[in-house]
Amino acid sequence: MGQTLAEQILSHAAGRSVRAGETIVAAVDLAMMHDSISPGIIKILHHELGADRVWDPERVAVVVDHVAPAATIQNAEHQLALRRWVRTRQITHFFDVGRGISHPVLVEEGLARPGMLIIGSDSHSTAYGAVGAFGTGMGSTDMALALATGQTWLRVPETVRVQARGRLRSGVGAKDLGLRVARLIGADGATYQSVEWHGVDELTIAARMTLATLSIEIGGKAGIVPPTGAGWDAHAEQRGITAPAWLRVEEDAHYSRTIEVDLDSLEPQISVPHYVDNVQDLSNLGRIAVDVVYIGTCTNGHYGDMAAAARILKGRTVARGVRLLIVPASSEALRQATDDGTLATLLAAGAAIGTPGCGACIGRHMGVLAPGEICLFTGNRNFRGRMGSPDAQIYLGSPEVAAATAVLGYIAHPAEVVSEG
Amino acid sequence: MARIWRFGANVNTDQIVPGRYAPYMLKSEDELRNYPFIEARPEFATTVRPGDLIVAGPNFGCGSSREYAPLALKMVGIGAIIAPLFARIFYRNALNLGIPLFEADLTGELADGQEVDFDVTTGTLATQNRAIQLPPPPSWVREVWAEGGIVPYYRKYRRFPGAGVETHG
Repeated sequence: MGQTLAEQILSHAAGRSVRAGETIVAAVDLAMMHDSISPGIIKILHHELGADRVWDPERVAVVVDHVAPAATIQNAEHQLALRRWVRTRQITHFFDVGRGISHPVLVEEGLARPGMLIIGSDSHSTAYGAVGAFGTGMGSTDMALALATGQTWLRVPETVRVQARGRLRSGVGAKDLGLRVARLIGADGATYQSVEWHGVDELTIAARMTLATLSIEIGGKAGIVPPTGAGWDAHAEQRGITAPAWLRVEEDAHYSRTIEVDLDSLEPQISVPHYVDNVQDLSNLGRIAVDVVYIGTCTNGHYGDMAAAARILKGRTVARGVRLLIVPASSEALRQATDDGTLATLLAAGAAIGTPGCGACIGRHMGVLAPGEICLFTGNRNFRGRMGSPDAQIYLGSPEVAAATAVLGYIAHPAEVVSEG
Repeated sequence: MARIWRFGANVNTDQIVPGRYAPYMLKSEDELRNYPFIEARPEFATTVRPGDLIVAGPNFGCGSSREYAPLALKMVGIGAIIAPLFARIFYRNALNLGIPLFEADLTGELADGQEVDFDVTTGTLATQNRAIQLPPPPSWVREVWAEGGIVPYYRKYRRFPGAGVETHG
């Protein structure tokens, strides 16, 4: 019997052939930590575990993205301490305020690569599955242990296979596929399991990251897209990286279940407050007026997401009484949007642009919501209070829906603004 | 006696501690003890007593990897959390901090505010009318609890728990 991608990667990391259900001690290829959790990790590493240094400064990436730039004096002090720590511990890969969200940054930099075991202090570290890595999120103590030892313990997960068939229609994207799967299997449908996304060879790496990040919202320990197809080839060629020969889809691998999604008939999906798996077809939603449209995050703040929004916003303006906030996922996304005129189109439509990073996704700065406000958000979580007031309401949707919503002032299908084709 | 704090399904870590109340946003980590369920159940932090129990529906602790969510519960002395399924990052974080988790669905059997006798070492919970035996956790989980969390466990044994056996994580 063949192995799933998760079994293959964890076999490599454990140094022996492993199967779902086993618990292993695995070598970590890359450990990512971000500003928000770093004070806790550093305290545990040095003061509780008594380690002087990290196991390998070249395999640690530190990113300031969660509150970037600092919103309070406390944040600023923590970030100052983090910069000092990075210097004294000679951490090779440090990305300060403005470079963007850890996940797209490590992918753009070519640090995250197929076949790697990557752990991150952020639950959306499943993102690295966009390039065929086993990425998984962990808390401060697990991160500190990994920084001290270069190892972590893991249960080798079973795998849920998502099999997409057909082609996405105009105005429908990876976000709709991800939310559709959340609707089908629920917020705990893949708990303790890996998710493999098949039939998405046409998607760009950024769109694959949409699927990989949404994998945690169905409980997934990892969300892996096979590193094949045009999107992968372009990414790999640009960076001169290749997938290891041992990493390939084995059709006789065992999957705990297979979820089929027909892309030809898929329509825009909206996640309704206050749970990510509370998903409806946009066409059944009724008319919901919004106060804020927010485009950003590791799920849908990429260059392609801004470009998709700009195609709808071109020559149009944001509806009166609506704020359109755009926080690019990375400086690279912002650069591309600047170079090809996407940014100018968004500004002309009335968008406000923030510093690349996590933005208001964690409800700390850069556009938190007031009580009673309704937001259409391209992010990954609509939990009560996630973006600010617990009395605000967050609807999740695609960048295309976000752009149409910004123009019309209510949650809208892109076809209501632009004719299809 | 331990009070039952009953919650529904899919309690996420934003509900346990909203991101705005992270230690990163506070003057000191000690303040965190004031904030478990600050918005979801504002009376929790002010009236919870050491040894009280959380009884919840499935997928407890889903969402963010923030360890300060279980840390806040540890700071107020929560005795154990009982739910039919825990989200995996929360499961690891709670284990690492030495918070006892039991996998069982008691939401239909226990009322919010009910007082029970609970013995964490035997996993027995007694109401006025009956005794409930919770499914015992694996022995390696008990070893981590016995040391008070993964850091003291690792310092003592210099190895990770559970390698080579069936686990969650």
